[in-house]
Amino acid sequence: MKIKKVLGLILTVSLAAAGLAACGTQESPVSKGGTAEDKFYIGAMGPLTGSNAVYGQHVKYGAEIAVKEINAAGGINGRQVEFKYEDDEHDPEKAVNAYNNLKDWGMQILMGAVTSGPSIAVAEETKNDGMFQITPSGSSPDVIQYDNAFQVCFADPNQGAASAKYISNQNLASKVAVIYDSSDVYSSGIYEKFVEGAKNSNFEIVAAEAFTSDSKSDFSVQLQKAKDSGAELVYLPIYYQEATLILTQANDMGFAPIFFGCDGLDGILGVENFDKALAEGVMLLTPFAADAPDEMTQSFVNQFKESYGDIPNQFGADAYDAIYIIKAAIEDADATPDMSPSEICDVLKSTMTKITYDGLTGAGMTWAATGEVNKEPRAVIIENGSYQLFE
Amino acid sequence: MKNTVNRHISKSTRSNLIMTGAIALIYTVSQIMIAGGAMSNLMKGLLVPLCYYSILAVSLNLTVGILGELSLGHAGFMCIGAFASAFFSKATASVITNAGVRFTLAILIGACAAALLGGLIGTVVLRLRGDYLAIVTLAFGEIIKNVVNALFIGIDRNGVHFSMKDSMALNLTQDGEIIVNGPRGITGTPKNATFTIAAILLILTFVITTNLVNSRSGRAIMAIRDNRIAAESVGIHITKFKILAFTISAALAGVAGVLYAHNISTLIAAPKNFGYNMSILILVFVVLGGIGNLKGSVIAAVILTLLPEYLRFMQDYRMLIYAVVLIAMMIFNWNPKCVTWRKNHSLQGCFAMLMKKTKKEEA
Repeated sequence: MKIKKVLGLILTVSLAAAGLAACGTQESPVSKGGTAEDKFYIGAMGPLTGSNAVYGQHVKYGAEIAVKEINAAGGINGRQVEFKYEDDEHDPEKAVNAYNNLKDWGMQILMGAVTSGPSIAVAEETKNDGMFQITPSGSSPDVIQYDNAFQVCFADPNQGAASAKYISNQNLASKVAVIYDSSDVYSSGIYEKFVEGAKNSNFEIVAAEAFTSDSKSDFSVQLQKAKDSGAELVYLPIYYQEATLILTQANDMGFAPIFFGCDGLDGILGVENFDKALAEGVMLLTPFAADAPDEMTQSFVNQFKESYGDIPNQFGADAYDAIYIIKAAIEDADATPDMSPSEICDVLKSTMTKITYDGLTGAGMTWAATGEVNKEPRAVIIENGSYQLFE
Repeated sequence: MKNTVNRHISKSTRSNLIMTGAIALIYTVSQIMIAGGAMSNLMKGLLVPLCYYSILAVSLNLTVGILGELSLGHAGFMCIGAFASAFFSKATASVITNAGVRFTLAILIGACAAALLGGLIGTVVLRLRGDYLAIVTLAFGEIIKNVVNALFIGIDRNGVHFSMKDSMALNLTQDGEIIVNGPRGITGTPKNATFTIAAILLILTFVITTNLVNSRSGRAIMAIRDNRIAAESVGIHITKFKILAFTISAALAGVAGVLYAHNISTLIAAPKNFGYNMSILILVFVVLGGIGNLKGSVIAAVILTLLPEYLRFMQDYRMLIYAVVLIAMMIFNWNPKCVTWRKNHSLQGCFAMLMKKTKKEEA
């Protein structure tokens, strides 16, 4: 008995010691040698597994394309860029782990996270460490509560307010119904600001129906209520998976209002077994349309298709822009890789408010000191099975 | 000589001393490594999570291993503890400025809130025979998650506002602050959980559990597990002891929730962290570490928390490898043939054989 106990104890301690020791040996590449100091280390994170994996993957691909282009063209101020992407599983706790992992790798600038919850958790860490953070698509206003964090995408409140303004300015409808996911950060955030924005506009909200992530397969109740209330336009601040079900079920019950959504609807045409004809006439507010004819978009979409066999969604475009924004900021601030992450952060955050950037997701983007982006929202309409800019 | 010493130290004290010593040793080594800069950032960030996962595993082992009831909603109690304490910390952040006092109160509040609900569920369900606890706790975990997601609480100068609809229904004044914001949860909880506090709480959990197991109540609880009819026939109050064990288990899970909430700044009740999967993950710690084996739970929790992080170099295959390792470990631990093989080839066996040989040679 005694021996067993002692042995057990020894095993426990040695196991723990081995675990701790194993982690101590990871060296950051910066300390390895002279050449490493001539490179910028940009870390990124997002979900590669789980239900939001598609967003994380597109961000990864989009950023990789940008890094490849930059390195091929001679790097940033003549320095090459090293890029590493970690999985955060759309979980704040795992995101902090991923962040620490990237720090061990030698990260100097963070591009991430992809989704709001993890971005908020990581923002707390970047603030403590003084690490420059730019999120391609973490849209909650809490992500940029500290001055070292910046957004490429619109913040949720802006999307809601912009939608209300857009519907009002274009005189799209006088009676509007909203169907939203009350258990989702993104959806309920937009919904609240949309309601606020609707107060001083020329339409009224006749129905606001919620669903939760546990009951997102049958929308007949919500649609029936919207139909009974006489809504001419149904606003869908939700993700495209649920939107396809709503469109199909609305069609089955003969309800054909205008459907209007936000960037979450981007990707609706790529859903398998979904009758694309149902999406005809759906309008969405998104900064990026893969069918846009300009040269920059086309070159990006072609590269994306070639490398990864997929049509990029808005997330990929945001990430592509984020990398180029980092490049523009570094060039403007004359930051060098031998500076510490917090020194880089200090010069970049003062530069960010001065630079103007033209990218895939908008021309003439500028940033406020709060980290919020300023760009024009664009509406696209689905016509003949593709996204067309709606003027 | 040795035997006489052992006789004076009771079984629970010895077990406590060994585990406390082991945790204290690991704690000291970690602190030295941090001071010497020998520990990676990843490991530094994982120290507190390792502690709360260990607490969760030990507390669930109390229900599953010692009490012999299956609970599938342990993450629900963790959720209660997390939200109750985070709400308290955020609401009183400006009133109680001493972080130590506030966090101590938060731990107590988290534990009490979880214990209250644990006791409530136990009172209703533990009177029944059969697997009802598993069914009810499974539902409880999901319900808690959904209730928290529909909860909006704000504070302004008129007092506390409460709504189940949306944050606009709170009607806060301009200076008001939304504390629990439905699906967006609680953001900006002060980061008070340090490795020191977490290690102390883990040791406390261990002391509480081993002392309970080795007490009169603990023997009664195990008697119920082993033979309910026999226990009843010698006059043990079955329901009382069952509720006692289950409530303590829930309270400890609540403490783990407090640590969780005060370790990251954003608290959302998502399926990922407080849902069914989390409950099962904790159950996996218990099963893998050995049902009824408290030390095993800690070791399993530590290994299974570190594993996915250290498999990151595998990139896309990370989760796949994790699953394979999990299956392999389960088989190695529990397959009867593996168990016999391990018995025949154990370190202890080799050690004993070696001892015998040397003795023979000496003779």
